Amino acid sequence: MSKLASINEFVIKFANVNGSGSASANQMFAKGIFRSGIPVSPKNIFPSNIQGLPTWFEIRASEKGYLGRKAGIDFMVAMNPQSYAQDVAEINSGGYLLYDSSWKREFHRDDINIIEVPLTSLCVDEFKNPKTRLLFKNLVYVGALSYLMDIDKKIFIELIEEQFKGKEKLIAPNVQALKMGFNYAKKHLVDACDIKVIQKNLTDGMILTNGNNAGGLGCVYGGATVCAWYPITPSTSLAESYKKYCDQFRVDEKTGKNKFAFVQAEDELASIGMAIGANWNGARAFTATSGPGISLMTEFVGLAYFAEIPVVIFNIQRGGPSTGMPTRTQQSDILSCAYASHGDTKHVMLIPSDPKECFEFAADSFDISDRLQTPVFVLSDLDIGMNDWTCPEFKWDDAKEFDRGKVLSKDDLDNMESWGRYLDVDGDGIPFRTLPGTHPEKGAYFTRGSSHDEYARYVEDGEVNARNLSRILKKFEGADKFLPKPIFKQETNASSKGLIYFGSTEAAMQESLDQLSASGFPIDAMRIRSFPFSTEVWDFIDQHESIFLVEQNRDAQMKTLLISEGKINPEEFISVLCFDGAPITADFISESIIEILSDKNFSKTAEEMK
Amino acid sequence: MTYIVKPVNHHPNLEKNALGLTRRDYEGTISTLCAGCGHDSISAAVIEACYDLSLASDQIAKLSGIGCSSKSPSYFLNQAHGFNSVHGRMPSVATGANLGNQDLLYLGVSGDGDTAGIGIGQFMHAARRQLNITYIVENNGTYGLTKGQFSATNDQGSKSKYGEENVLAPIDLAAMAIQLGAGFVGRSFSGDKDQLVPLLKAAMKFKGFSLIDIISPCVTFNNHAGSTKSYDHIREHNESVSSLDFVPIGQEIKTSYKEGSIVDVPLHDGAILTLEKLSKKYDPLDKGLAVQSLNEAEKNGKVLTGLLYIDPEVKDHAEILNITDTPLNQFSDQELCPGSDKLEKVNASLN
Repeated sequence: MSKLASINEFVIKFANVNGSGSASANQMFAKGIFRSGIPVSPKNIFPSNIQGLPTWFEIRASEKGYLGRKAGIDFMVAMNPQSYAQDVAEINSGGYLLYDSSWKREFHRDDINIIEVPLTSLCVDEFKNPKTRLLFKNLVYVGALSYLMDIDKKIFIELIEEQFKGKEKLIAPNVQALKMGFNYAKKHLVDACDIKVIQKNLTDGMILTNGNNAGGLGCVYGGATVCAWYPITPSTSLAESYKKYCDQFRVDEKTGKNKFAFVQAEDELASIGMAIGANWNGARAFTATSGPGISLMTEFVGLAYFAEIPVVIFNIQRGGPSTGMPTRTQQSDILSCAYASHGDTKHVMLIPSDPKECFEFAADSFDISDRLQTPVFVLSDLDIGMNDWTCPEFKWDDAKEFDRGKVLSKDDLDNMESWGRYLDVDGDGIPFRTLPGTHPEKGAYFTRGSSHDEYARYVEDGEVNARNLSRILKKFEGADKFLPKPIFKQETNASSKGLIYFGSTEAAMQESLDQLSASGFPIDAMRIRSFPFSTEVWDFIDQHESIFLVEQNRDAQMKTLLISEGKINPEEFISVLCFDGAPITADFISESIIEILSDKNFSKTAEEMK
Repeated sequence: MTYIVKPVNHHPNLEKNALGLTRRDYEGTISTLCAGCGHDSISAAVIEACYDLSLASDQIAKLSGIGCSSKSPSYFLNQAHGFNSVHGRMPSVATGANLGNQDLLYLGVSGDGDTAGIGIGQFMHAARRQLNITYIVENNGTYGLTKGQFSATNDQGSKSKYGEENVLAPIDLAAMAIQLGAGFVGRSFSGDKDQLVPLLKAAMKFKGFSLIDIISPCVTFNNHAGSTKSYDHIREHNESVSSLDFVPIGQEIKTSYKEGSIVDVPLHDGAILTLEKLSKKYDPLDKGLAVQSLNEAEKNGKVLTGLLYIDPEVKDHAEILNITDTPLNQFSDQELCPGSDKLEKVNASLN
């Protein structure tokens, strides 16, 4: 039997039963590889369920830093008889299957290596409490893997100690379970596995965290004081992260009182209404939601757009339409956010690609929203939001000051002869605003979603309304200078075709570009990070005869947006679309592009590209 | 409709309050509601209450939803910021505004469509949260701006202008608010200024959710024979449970009420609400009795008015959330941003 051999490059998958406590053990295993200095990308593929349904956890380890999802499993830990058939089928030839051999099974594949560990029997012999027996099975396999892959056992012991800090009596039995697995493997499974982890220092200066944790933290750093939200997967943990970091950093030491408000609203309409109300008063506020929540919020988004009230909305995208696949990822709310609400509306969008950008964009979004006095969407997705990513440490410049935009103080008002809430006095389309309670006699106005003139007075004069709408558009057209520019994978453009991508696709992109180069199709690539698009985006499109546009949705929504905003011939775009709810893979991108380029209609171009 | 400017010149000898302001200083733009609209009487009562209490307009925020009622904040307190939000969603905007700056006085103005129809969920949750707001419902039982459809507060059997009969039972917003935990619930009639003004003053001084459900006849669509929200019907069926005086801090209590029928209710800031119980058995501190009395009155075709329920002990939303006394919109960058040192510790916890 051939055995797959690899050092620091592999995919391991855990097939578990939801609610069996496996996620934290699997997370611990991922962190063990990270602590061994190897970049790692764990992906929790979970059902919309609390207990009983199959759930999976994939970990890719890659010293090359290829951290996109990869199909084909090198090592399967099959803990769920419900899903044995599909789990076994996924294993690469020469790969490994570890299962609970307390009940012996035949798997009918002679090209894989079966590793038997009697997890249940071991736990039954060692532990008395039935619940403990179930939970510790997970740590027993972590222990066995630690031996099989040569990952230092001490790392896991440290992780257990960190996890149970404050509940010290749980440390010993957890360590015992870990050692039990390790010792069993050492005794019975010598040379059973040729996939090894060898310590490196590739994760120095890196952290392992998810985008929602980072986004919530970014909101604290960006000065948000109000979070109004409604529970919805996969955004909930962003709000919870904000609360967690506020509890650490925003509680007044003297009084014990909160320098923040955290409100679980009754629905998404109320959550955005609260965020708008707080921002109207000059307190930075945000909400976090996902697709269905965005649908519910759109009336309020239009109000904030038209009445010009800042508000930050995090959309952690999930599989749609309708309830869709709440626990799977997609980039399918591009259009519903860009043009959210009735009437002529367009909205600023920030599109982070990893947790580090989630932190940075979250912090910056409040400046941008205050500066432009308009809603700002931060478009993350489930893959970034809920999965841990190996990414650079967060950085903060203490010299940075918040840009609270054009807000008039009492002195400003005293020194002004006249003021109009919606008057464009300096030509950028952005008016000056006042906050309630600023001045006893000046600056009061009536905020409204009905048509209004430069002085916020209700009007039904079509010309006045058109003038106002045009000014708001002007503001939008000048917005890109405040937004993150696109990122280019190359210093200078060299290929006749280009590739555009955005968001979580970043994880798979470097590997895909390397694959394309190796196949003779090197290609220039640009990652879009914001909307409205800047001139760099249009220039990149201009400089290439056609563009591969990689998206994780069915309808090529970014293409629609580029075509409608840039007046580009749709023929220039070739879409590469993945919308099965699993994070896009490098193989999928590369194979799709190579297939197109190898087509005879494209062969000439492919030649030119070489 | 266009914006109509009122003359700014005042008579030099107008009476002034403690801030040196006249009633005119509390006015708004000219109303564009129908002549005789009950809502305009309510605007006048708001002006009177704010004048009497010597409130600074710039420390008041007036918020509304959509509908005739929700237009009315334009017609009072020109120097207060206003926010005409979306239909039925004023409570959430007010909740957020209050979280941003709990020092302002929040005046919410809504109607029966805006509150009992599209916005009933937000209304209920604002009451449950004990949002510190004076929430006025200008209740006329009808959708005026869309020309006379029944609203959810319209009484069963009441007839529309076109003779159609309402077949559904009404929602009693006051009873609902009491059950949801609102700390202050009153009902009044737009035509009864003597009752309404002190009720408004007390509500504005109350810290917590105060609802005043004000029956406000719609002269155009719901003021005919057969309507139970007409001026005539309300005048005939109004049954007042209490009459009250609001006594600000430090002022001597002088009442002309009969001994034995008076209840003094201390408010959060030390002011005293003096209440005369018009009915011997009515006690506005008794939640169960308040709900029971409302139910009985409804059965008997009566409209119970006055201060129906008060709980002077409630904590408002900001207190429940343990928010700092300094409003959240007044912190500096340094007070809000934890800085790079703390971020290094966060990084250390994630590797």
